[in-house]
Amino acid sequence: MKELRYDAVVIGAGAAGMAAALEIEAAGFSCAIVEREDQLGGILMQCVHNGFGLHEFEEELTGPEFAERFADKVATSRIAIYLGTTVVSISVQNGTSGQIAAGRGSYKELVCVSPDYGVLRLSCRAVVLAMGCRERNRGNVRIPGARPAGIFTAGLAQRLVNIEGYIPGKEVVVIGSGDIGLIMARRMSWIGCKVKAVVEIMPYPSGLTRNIVQCLHDFGIPLHLSCRTTNIFGRDRVEGIEVTPMKNGALMPEKAFRIDCDTVLLSVGLVPENELSKEAGVELNATTNGPIVDSTLMTNVDGVFACGNVLHVHDLVDWVAEESRLAGRRAAEWLKGERPAVQLRVKAGSNVRYANPGRLDPKRDNKIYLRSLVVKNDALVELKADNRLVRQIKKGHVQPSEMITLSVGPREMEGLGPDSVLELSIV
Amino acid sequence: MRELTCVVCPIGCRLAAKGKSDKLTVTGNRCPRGQAYAAEEIRAPKRVLTATCALGPAGSEGLAGACSDQDEAIRSRLRRKGMCEPRRLPVKSSRACPKERLNEMLTDLYAVRVKPPVKLGDIILADWKGTGIDILAARTYT
Repeated sequence: MKELRYDAVVIGAGAAGMAAALEIEAAGFSCAIVEREDQLGGILMQCVHNGFGLHEFEEELTGPEFAERFADKVATSRIAIYLGTTVVSISVQNGTSGQIAAGRGSYKELVCVSPDYGVLRLSCRAVVLAMGCRERNRGNVRIPGARPAGIFTAGLAQRLVNIEGYIPGKEVVVIGSGDIGLIMARRMSWIGCKVKAVVEIMPYPSGLTRNIVQCLHDFGIPLHLSCRTTNIFGRDRVEGIEVTPMKNGALMPEKAFRIDCDTVLLSVGLVPENELSKEAGVELNATTNGPIVDSTLMTNVDGVFACGNVLHVHDLVDWVAEESRLAGRRAAEWLKGERPAVQLRVKAGSNVRYANPGRLDPKRDNKIYLRSLVVKNDALVELKADNRLVRQIKKGHVQPSEMITLSVGPREMEGLGPDSVLELSIV
Repeated sequence: MRELTCVVCPIGCRLAAKGKSDKLTVTGNRCPRGQAYAAEEIRAPKRVLTATCALGPAGSEGLAGACSDQDEAIRSRLRRKGMCEPRRLPVKSSRACPKERLNEMLTDLYAVRVKPPVKLGDIILADWKGTGIDILAARTYT
């Protein structure tokens, strides 16, 4: 078995992994990226639509273009790249491993498998989790009915269409109005399929309004809100679905109707992919399904950091890149032995689903990412320190599908003790 | 009167446009960009087209301007020859195309097969039908 040593290993070569690895390498540490696909770029490679990079590069790019800007830097750096390689376990080992972990009592061991290297063992001091997320599927949302061929998650269909060159069906219904579902409704229309409808269980669409306009209205695709899919018909192949409208959360079976189709695409949410993290002893947050992290984006396991969609599902890759650069920089500081002296706890208050990270460093500028529970115009984001209002930010519009970002610096946290609590709320 | 949803930013203002295209009054917009969007959307709606072309197999008919041998060492770090080679090349229009011509543009694009190597930014279709719009490769593939 091949054994290799690095200061840090990053798991995943999407936007998050590449951004974090570049920062670690720039700080002068040896770094490796392990990626299970055969190319760098992650999910961006199948997101051929545009709208990426408005914050990061101040221009509108497609997914592959955005990925290539990072991949070019990674390829010309000294970062070791393991493609087609899957990490099967992360474990914390006591003691030292050769030149690694000088002055520290433990190191991490990653067992990986790949057709090129067989079983590979990587030892390192720091690990950055950047595995991204995966799609919720039919089982997760319990759609009753038959189990014929023709039911795909939207992201899988996106890969088939945009990378592998297969058209998954002819007449399509999209269940769920998340952005991927909307983008796929347009893509399916553009490749010559008939998209019959988008069915959404909530009374409002879960994707961005601009996607409703560009992806549905442009093609005359109906959007059925407050509707549940109550049956899938078909023996060998999907033949149709039954849609039942709801009123005040209750089904109205007398109003149920059928939509004939041969293909169903599911866009019903994303879940951070944390099987590896859990095995390594990383504690997860029940709301985000991602690790609980401190102001340095470090998990409860010393030296294990998390960033991007594995930490919490983002809606913009630009924020993924920003957050991951921070994780990379903080991992490099940890490798140097630098840690914040005090960290203050962050609490999600009224109308806030969650705020990440869970702790702030009162000595420096911190970036907080939060999600609203409500749709609201002219909202105020309030930051309270020990129940005292320290900051108020006006937001023209907030909605659950759109992440809110804000910076909190030493000025707002002046004079706070280690037991102080910062609370974020939307009013 | 026409009702529109502004797509310039994620707020998505609901706009109401009144009058002829030369004397348009727009209400409901929170910023001046809404006015400009409504004017263009009514006069001549346009969209940037993103799509894919058939890709490969590798051959001698690669595009001009594609990667040189020097780049190859770097490129090989980006991609492993594996089980599943991509079979579609992402492409995009160099600027927004009139909405009513998008289907025509797609038909032409789907007839193209690009042989690697191809570099990001390579012109796949130049000056499409005299519109001045180029179709550009949106990724590198060697």
